[in-house]
Amino acid sequence: MSSNVIASPRSNSAQSPQYKRNKSAHSSFEMTAWLFMRVSGVVLVVLIFGHLFVNLMLGDGIHAIDFGFVAGKWSSPFWQWWDLVMLWLAMLHGTNGVRTIINDYAERNGTRMTLKTVLYAAAVVIIVLGTLVIFTFDPCPAGAVIDLPSFCPVP
Amino acid sequence: MWSWVGHRITGVVIFVFLLVHVLDTSLVRVSPEAYTAVIGAYKNPIMGLGEAALVAAIVFHAFNGLRIIAIDFWKKGPKYQRQMLWTVLIAWAVVMIPFLIRHLSIVFGGH
Repeated sequence: MSSNVIASPRSNSAQSPQYKRNKSAHSSFEMTAWLFMRVSGVVLVVLIFGHLFVNLMLGDGIHAIDFGFVAGKWSSPFWQWWDLVMLWLAMLHGTNGVRTIINDYAERNGTRMTLKTVLYAAAVVIIVLGTLVIFTFDPCPAGAVIDLPSFCPVP
Repeated sequence: MWSWVGHRITGVVIFVFLLVHVLDTSLVRVSPEAYTAVIGAYKNPIMGLGEAALVAAIVFHAFNGLRIIAIDFWKKGPKYQRQMLWTVLIAWAVVMIPFLIRHLSIVFGGH
């Protein structure tokens, strides 16, 4: 090797000291978050396109959506789990995306902290609320009279 | 650069709608009347246009997200990123045109 050959960037020569990755817990979280965005993104494309197709394109589209429509879907565990996975992945994906944006644009430490606290609080509330609604939902509530699904007993 | 800006803006718009959408759907736990009344707001023509814009944002974010994954994980991804952006825009139009014809005819069709 002649002296004027430039060493490849990550070789361990004197001119190019050993490349070291930061192995702190912080960077491992960021790596996991980065990977999560890509993996959840692919799954969300399928779940959300399916959700939009079934709710807006089939039948009467948005005109068909009422209490009975939701009750009909959530009487099946398939749609309960579909919507649950969609809720969790979309909320975590969106929360992490907005976290990145806050980190990029909010320059003061206090502003960043405040915005992220509000973001995380909102995310927890929405995820818990949505999960409870999907699994405690009663398709034939007592006393209700309008828009019930056809399988409810006639009062 | 512009695809990056577009990805961020559509991402925030979708996230804000998602928060509202979980809240409105949660009304099914209150009563059928409450849910049906609020969901009725989604059926007027102005909201119908808003839904069309929302779906346009979602479809762009979805396809551009797949492009980002291809740039990150496919060896030739960075080389073909510009061609893939055109592919994203063409795929967006291919999905949006039939969607808009169907959705807007439902929204403006009168029921």
